[in-house]
Amino acid sequence: MLDLQNVSKTFNPGTINEKRALHNLSLHLEPGDFVTVIGGNGAGKSTMLNAIAGVWPIDEGRILLDEHDVTALPEHKRAWLIGRVFQDPMMGTAPNMQLVENLALARRRGQKRGLSWGVTKEETAEYYEQLKTLGLGLEERMTVKVGLLSGGQRQALTLLMASLRQPKLLLLDEHTAALDPATAAKVLELSDAIVAENKLTTLMITHNMGDAIRHGNRLIMMDKGHVILDVSGEEKAHLTRQDLMDKFAELSGTQVESDEMLLS
Amino acid sequence: MSAYFASLNILKLAKNLPGGVSQGIIWGIMALGIYITFRLLDVADLTVDGSFTTGGAVTVMLILAGWPAWAAILVAILAGMVAGLITGLLHTKLGIPAILAGILTQLSLYSINLRIMGMSANKAVSVDKYGLLLSSRNIPKAILIGAIFALALISVMYWYFGTEQGSAIRATGNNPHMSRALGININAMKVLGLSLSNGIVALAGGLMSQYQGFVDINMGRGAIVIGLAAVIIGEVIGNALLGKHLNFYGTLVFVVLGGVLYYLVIILVLWLKLNSNDLKLFTAVIVALFLAVPYLRSQRISSFAKFRKKGADRNA
Repeated sequence: MLDLQNVSKTFNPGTINEKRALHNLSLHLEPGDFVTVIGGNGAGKSTMLNAIAGVWPIDEGRILLDEHDVTALPEHKRAWLIGRVFQDPMMGTAPNMQLVENLALARRRGQKRGLSWGVTKEETAEYYEQLKTLGLGLEERMTVKVGLLSGGQRQALTLLMASLRQPKLLLLDEHTAALDPATAAKVLELSDAIVAENKLTTLMITHNMGDAIRHGNRLIMMDKGHVILDVSGEEKAHLTRQDLMDKFAELSGTQVESDEMLLS
Repeated sequence: MSAYFASLNILKLAKNLPGGVSQGIIWGIMALGIYITFRLLDVADLTVDGSFTTGGAVTVMLILAGWPAWAAILVAILAGMVAGLITGLLHTKLGIPAILAGILTQLSLYSINLRIMGMSANKAVSVDKYGLLLSSRNIPKAILIGAIFALALISVMYWYFGTEQGSAIRATGNNPHMSRALGININAMKVLGLSLSNGIVALAGGLMSQYQGFVDINMGRGAIVIGLAAVIIGEVIGNALLGKHLNFYGTLVFVVLGGVLYYLVIILVLWLKLNSNDLKLFTAVIVALFLAVPYLRSQRISSFAKFRKKGADRNA
């Protein structure tokens, strides 16, 4: 489904701020894979997701999504393949537009936007039912401006928006990091449900090792711009935090005292 | 002092008010264009000072060349759209900050407008000789024509910004990050929005030149500030009167009313014998005040100054 082939990206090349963010990164995802991504600060987790989404061009390598070579496509031209939820709840929604307008924008992700109505009656009825499944009461607030919603409500809405038009790949970039623990748990639960229901191929970055172990069928650890650990199936099911910390020390050559160092 | 008050003639004020309404409507139409960039795209577009004059120049020259007024206005709209297109391309294709791109286009339009006007700084078009859409000679008709243009334009804008494409423009101004992620080509939307905006501004310029019976190379000077004044005054009053019930259509109506109100205030201060050369200063002060209101209001709720008053240590 997703194929990253020897992807490299260096920011600010030739300057004092030069940063090799991705280094010969290769990764292959099967359809339906739900992969959690962990790694320390600057390991390249978000950079990988941004490279896949096409936020900027990569320096070398190839990116294939559902057999399409998207390496040369700018962000808006590959958006039809990808659903995204960001770390910052502000980023995934338009605050001055109504809830229903946000959903309608997302439903047309990657479609040609012409002169027919931006929101139709029929779709509004569908949104009502879909919002109901979130269990947040948002279905009664469809004409409210999204800026008035809480961070957790916004993330839940963004999740729904990302899946309205079935994406080939769902990118969750630490999408619960800015939420309080209870809300984060709720949004994660929702993510699981949406991924399972739509059988979405998913990459989820998390800073929480427990979440990384509990969710998904596969776990990868990144360091210095590439994947250093890739476990799935039975092996992943039996992973512990200690295992991960030991693996990190062994593979990256750095000693870690706590998961804070690894995952902060 | 009493001589000053004695010199004020209330009848003279009343006589000038209808003219103020008709000009205010035209400025209000221009403000609808500015609303697109300033509020929907979140860009302060300074092209308008030039494209307003371009609209006037194209309209007058074509009418002088024997074109019917409506056709001249249509070409003026197209000319304005090209001006906006250029600002948009300078911004999106060459990476020039939007505000600077607008200034560059505005500056170049000064020369271009002079060329359109056959290298003279003003051109008269007499309502006696040519069939104009409106004129200050017949103010009730001018008000009617202006109101028809304004309402038609508001209806078209209400429809357009409810379509998929119009929603994409609004989304671009609201959250460019999200818009890209949803597959919206935000550069194309910015260019489109700037173009539409300047088309409307040029339309207003074309109406104004017919109304006053001439085009002047400086007629657009300060247009952006007048437009902003109309937008902000309209929004403040609309919110005060209708509050939560103010929808998009209502907002646009109030923007036009903001233009009218602005112009009535101008008539009033002129009647109070303020030197007309001080008008620009006066306008700038009004806009600054209205722009400051939301900020100052938020400061009343939460600010550092509040604690100073409570006697917190000033030197810590």
